[in-house]
Amino acid sequence: MARLANLPISDDMALKLQKDLDATVGLVDELTKLDLKDVVPTSQVTDITNVMRKDEIDKDRILNIGGYFKVKAIFDEVS
Amino acid sequence: MKFLDLSIAELASKYRSGEASPIDVVKECLENIDKNSDLNIFITLRDKEELLKEAENIKFKTLLSGIPYVLKDAYVTRGLRTTAASKVLENYIPDYDATVVKKLKEAGAILIGKTNMDAWGHGASSENTDFGPVKNPWDNTRVAGGSSGGATAAVAARMAMFAIGEDTGGSIRNPAGWCGISGLKVTYGRVSRYGAIAYASSLDTVGPMAKSAQDLAIILEQIAGIDKYDATSSPNIVPNYSNNLDVDIKKIKIGIPFELNLQINEAATQLKDLGAEIIDISLPMLKYAVSIYYLLAPSETSSNLGRYDGIRYGNGRENFTQESMRRILIGTFALSSGYYDAYYKKAQQARTKIIEDYQRAFEKCDVIIMPISPDIAPKFGELINDPIKNMLADMYAVTANISGIPSLALPCGFENGMPVGFQIQGPMFSEELLLGIGHQYQKSTT
Repeated sequence: MARLANLPISDDMALKLQKDLDATVGLVDELTKLDLKDVVPTSQVTDITNVMRKDEIDKDRILNIGGYFKVKAIFDEVS
Repeated sequence: MKFLDLSIAELASKYRSGEASPIDVVKECLENIDKNSDLNIFITLRDKEELLKEAENIKFKTLLSGIPYVLKDAYVTRGLRTTAASKVLENYIPDYDATVVKKLKEAGAILIGKTNMDAWGHGASSENTDFGPVKNPWDNTRVAGGSSGGATAAVAARMAMFAIGEDTGGSIRNPAGWCGISGLKVTYGRVSRYGAIAYASSLDTVGPMAKSAQDLAIILEQIAGIDKYDATSSPNIVPNYSNNLDVDIKKIKIGIPFELNLQINEAATQLKDLGAEIIDISLPMLKYAVSIYYLLAPSETSSNLGRYDGIRYGNGRENFTQESMRRILIGTFALSSGYYDAYYKKAQQARTKIIEDYQRAFEKCDVIIMPISPDIAPKFGELINDPIKNMLADMYAVTANISGIPSLALPCGFENGMPVGFQIQGPMFSEELLLGIGHQYQKSTT
């Protein structure tokens, strides 16, 4: 679990955290016993969906090299 | 003259009449900060000369102009260190301002500094911090509460007129109750979260803390509203909260969940005396609230905290505190394949049931009142050393975050010399009603 969570934990800490995890799972386990078949899960409480902005270009943010963007070359010039 | 004992409206009025100046008020803040430097309230204080210069040049555009405030250190401030109270961000200097910071800057409020908290929002006592535990100004052997402990203590100890805290599982209301001030958990989406260091993105709310509901109304007007940088921010218009506080309490039905098995307390009695009708309502899912919260929040935080890899910015993950590691691990577990359905998905389904519970209750009553915490502020070590007790401290607070509804925390008395608070909860976007009831309640009980 520590590797999955990318947390560097010493062996002593791992033992203590394991106990804590067990206790917590014990606490939340009562939820697993509830019959919630067919209940739609809620992932967010706003009624908002698909918030988009207009597809408009802000010309001030483009480099003015003929309307192009300048980036580093990937290939060397062929001589 | 103790300017910081005044309300925001009173101080604003004294500014305009010339009886007070922002420089005097900022000096008073700094004096109180000096006097109470052992409370571990601040992580970063702004430079004194800068503050006085800013105070000198204030233009009185809004009621908040020249009013000093503090920010829980979970809000990014351009050029000013922001740590979320963790060694992981010990030296992080953001290059942008959170929306709430921008709005308060435009309103002319004066930022005094960034306050201590439970790191990343993980806690109910402000002990889970790399900057020393925040001491309760009422009794410095007890915790200030959390996770917005420093912000709360700053207002209680008169180091600022108001604070911006953050409430994901009671983090504004819990310390407000334990330090004897007022705090508002807004409807999810009422205030933009852009620039707020995320704990649990579907539960986090940005909210004001101050000495009264009237003050909260004035602040909320400035900070609420849709923000193009926060796609979850609500397009609902922002009412003129501070002008609509004259609610007729005689027309209000107040529900008390009978599952709590509580005696009618002082606050309920006072509201009844003002003419409100008190009725019993039912919230059957109340007993599962802590389990739901302690599956959803750690899961979301394990994902949000994944970005702190110590490579692009900040220090490495070995700098997380034990409590934060605990939450990341629980979250990783609940989201892992094989366990996702039994835990995280189950919690999301149970979340739907809590929302339905509240919808049903609000058909019978206008608002619901509940305690904030099961007890007064505990002594240091009681919560942080007992992970289960720590979680149960949130039992009355988390339902508001799970359902998204607003909840106003107000002081309602004392027990053993320590402040006690209660909360008034209402349907989504009912801040106007809550603040109005709160104002009437505070007018009659001062």
